[in-house]
Amino acid sequence: MIRLPFVLFFSALLFSAGVYGVLARRNAVMVLMAIELMLNAVNVNFVAFGSQLHQMGGQMFALFVIAVAAAEVGIGLAIVILLFRNRESINVDEVNLLKW
Amino acid sequence: MVAEATVAASGVIRFSWIIVLLPVVSAFLTLFFGKRTPGKGPVYGIVAVGVGFVMSLMVLWNFVQGGGTYASQVSWFQVGSFHVQAGQFIDGLAAIMLVVVTAVSLSVHVYSLGYMDGDSRFTWFYVVLSLFTAAMLNVVIAPNLIQLLVGWEIMGVCSYLLVGHWYEEKQNSNAAIKAFITTRIGDVPFMFGIFALIFATGFTTSNINVIGDLVKSHEVSSGLVAAAAILVFGGTIGKSAQFPLHVWLPDAMAGPTPVSALIHAATMVAAGVYLVGRMYTVFINAEPWVLQFVGIIGAITMLGAALMALVQNDIKRVLAYSTVSQLAYMVASMSVGPAGRDAALFHLFTHAFFKGLLFLGAGSVIHAVHSNNMSDMGGLRRIMPVTFWTFLIGSAALAGVPPMAGFWSKDELLVSASSGHELLFAIMLITAVLTAFYTMRMVTLTFFGSYEGQGHPHESPPSMAGPLVFLAFGTLVVGFLGAPQLNAAFFKWVHFGEPEAVKFVPWIALLGIAAASSGIALAWGLYGKRKERDPLLALGPVWTALEQRLYIDAFYMRAIIYPVRDKLSASVYWFNQNILDGIVNGVAAATRGVSQLVNLFDRDVIDGTVNGLAGTAGFSGGLLKYIQSGNVQRYMAFLFVGVIVLAIVFARVV
Repeated sequence: MIRLPFVLFFSALLFSAGVYGVLARRNAVMVLMAIELMLNAVNVNFVAFGSQLHQMGGQMFALFVIAVAAAEVGIGLAIVILLFRNRESINVDEVNLLKW
Repeated sequence: MVAEATVAASGVIRFSWIIVLLPVVSAFLTLFFGKRTPGKGPVYGIVAVGVGFVMSLMVLWNFVQGGGTYASQVSWFQVGSFHVQAGQFIDGLAAIMLVVVTAVSLSVHVYSLGYMDGDSRFTWFYVVLSLFTAAMLNVVIAPNLIQLLVGWEIMGVCSYLLVGHWYEEKQNSNAAIKAFITTRIGDVPFMFGIFALIFATGFTTSNINVIGDLVKSHEVSSGLVAAAAILVFGGTIGKSAQFPLHVWLPDAMAGPTPVSALIHAATMVAAGVYLVGRMYTVFINAEPWVLQFVGIIGAITMLGAALMALVQNDIKRVLAYSTVSQLAYMVASMSVGPAGRDAALFHLFTHAFFKGLLFLGAGSVIHAVHSNNMSDMGGLRRIMPVTFWTFLIGSAALAGVPPMAGFWSKDELLVSASSGHELLFAIMLITAVLTAFYTMRMVTLTFFGSYEGQGHPHESPPSMAGPLVFLAFGTLVVGFLGAPQLNAAFFKWVHFGEPEAVKFVPWIALLGIAAASSGIALAWGLYGKRKERDPLLALGPVWTALEQRLYIDAFYMRAIIYPVRDKLSASVYWFNQNILDGIVNGVAAATRGVSQLVNLFDRDVIDGTVNGLAGTAGFSGGLLKYIQSGNVQRYMAFLFVGVIVLAIVFARVV
C-alpha cells in the first residue's frame, strides 16, 4: 500500500499542472484538458482519503466527479466548436468581448 | 303680554314663518330668473308679498276671533351652553305688524311697476325690495334678540342698497353711505344692549319674553337693566331716526320714492319703535330715568323735525322730516307708560298707511313733473285727480283731521300723555299745530295755485294709482280700529299687561282738532294765494337756521366727519403704511434671508454630500473597470491568487 503523503504529493503535482494549463494555454481544447487534470487530481485525493479512512464516500464522489466531468467536457467541446465556427480560431485570449 | 308659550292655536298662525320665507324665496327667484321672466321679474315679489298679505290677514283674523298668542321655535345653533333658536312669536302686535308690512310692501311692489319702469336695474330693485320686506317681517316675528338682530341688520344693508339705487350720482351714493353708517352707530349700542341682556340671563337664552320675565322678577341688578335698556334704545335712535341720529333719514330721500315709502311707512324706521314696544318689559322695569331719557329724546326730535319740515322745498324732504317727527311722537309716548306704549303702537299702525300713501302720492307727482321741488309744482289738482284726492286723504290723516286714521291715533297719544306728563302733552300739541301747518303748506304748494314747472304733467298709470287708492282706503278705515266709540278693537289685540278700557276725552279731542285746524288755516292763509316769496322767509335768521337743519349736519361734518376722514384716516394710513406694512415687510425680508441660507445649505451641503458620494463611486469605478479585461485566464489568475491568499490567512488563523 502506498503511503498517503506520496499520493497527496502526486495529486498536488497533478493539480498544479492543471492550473498551469488553465492559466497559460491559449488553445481552448488544451484548457479543457487542463481542467480534466485538476478534476482528476481531486479524484485521486478522494480515493486516497476514502481508502485511508475506510469509507466508501470517497470512491463514490470520485465516480460522480468522473460522470460530471464527462458531461462538462461534452458541453465545453460543443462551445469550442461553435467558437471555431464563428471565429476561425479557438484561442482563449481572443475571446474578450465581455469587458468594460 | 307675558309669554303664554303655546296656546292651542289652529290654522294659519302656526305657519306665520312662511310669510317671512315667501319674500326671501321671491328675492332669490328674482335674482336668478328675473331677467328671463316676462316683465323682467317683479311677478315673484308681487305674488310672494301678496300671498303673505292674505296670510297675515288670516293670522290677524285669529285675533279678531279672540285667539291667543302663538309661539314655536326650533334650535338654530349652539355656542357652548348658549342655545340660539329660530322661531316665531305671534301676538296681537306681531299680527298687526305683519298686516301693515305686507300691505305697504305689496303697494310698493305694485307701484314700482309704474314708477321704476324702464330703470336700468329694474330686476335688481325688486330683489332688494323683497329682501327688505323679508328682513322686516323677520324682525316682527322674531321671538329672540339674535333672530331680531339678523333681520335688523339685513334691513340696514337693504336700505343702503336701495337708497343708493341710482348710485351713478355721487350725491345718492353719499346718502346711502350716510344712512348705513348713521344707523350702524345706533346698532353698536344695540348689540351691546343685547349682550348685556343675554349676560343678565347668565348666557342661557336670548328669548325676549324670558328676558322680560327675568327683568320683571327683579333678579337682575337695576343698573344692568338700565344700561341694557339705554343701549337697546340706541338701536331705536339709529333705526327710527331720532335725535341725534336723525340726519340720515332726510338724505335717504335720494333713493327712489317707492323705497322711501317702504322705509318710512312699514320697515326700517318702524323697526325701531317696534323694538321698544316689543321689549317694553325691560324699559318699564328699568329705573325711571331710562323712560325719561326716551321721552326727552322723543320730545326734542318731535319739535325739531317738525320745525325743519316747515321750510323744506323738496316735497320728499317735507315728508321725511314729518316721518322723523311722527316717529318721535311714538318714542316720546313710549315714555308715558303702558297706555302710552299701546297708543304709540297704534300710531305706528296708522302712520304706516298714511305715510306710505303720502310717499307714493309724492312719487306720483314727481313722476309727473320730473322734479322734487314744490316750487316746480302747483295746480296739479285738476291734472292729477286720483293723486290729489288720495294725497289729500293722507295729508288730512297726517294733520290729524277726523275721521282719518291719524286723528284717532294722535288722540290716543294725547290722552295717554295728558295725565301727569303736561310738558310732553304741550310739546305734542305744538307739534300737532306745526304738523298741520307744513302738511297744508305742502298740499297747497303742490296741488293748488297754478302750475310752475316745465312740460306737461299727466295722471299716473293704473299700477301707481291702484296702490294709492288701496292705501287711501286703509287710511280712511284703520283709524276706527282704535276708536273708543267703536270698541277699540286694536287695543284688545295690542296691550301691555291687562287690556284697559280706552278713554275718550272730549276736551282733548277738541284740542287736537283745534290744533289741526289752526295749523291748516294758518297755512292756507299764508300760501293760499301763491306768492313769489315764501312767506316764512320773513322769519329771517330762524329760516336760515332751519334751512341749515339747525346746523346739526354741519356740526357732524365739522366735528366728526372731517377730523375722522382727514386727520384720523391720514394717521391710520401712516400707521398702516409704516408700522403694519413695515412689520409685514420685515417679516418677509427675514423669511427671504433665512430661505436663502436654507437654499445654500441644501445646495452645498446636502446635495454636495450626495453628489460627492456619486462622484467618488464614479471615479473609483472608472479606475476599477480596467480589471474587467474580458480575458478569462486573467480572471482565473486573480481567482487563484485570491484562493492562495485566503488559504494563507486561514492557515494562520487555524
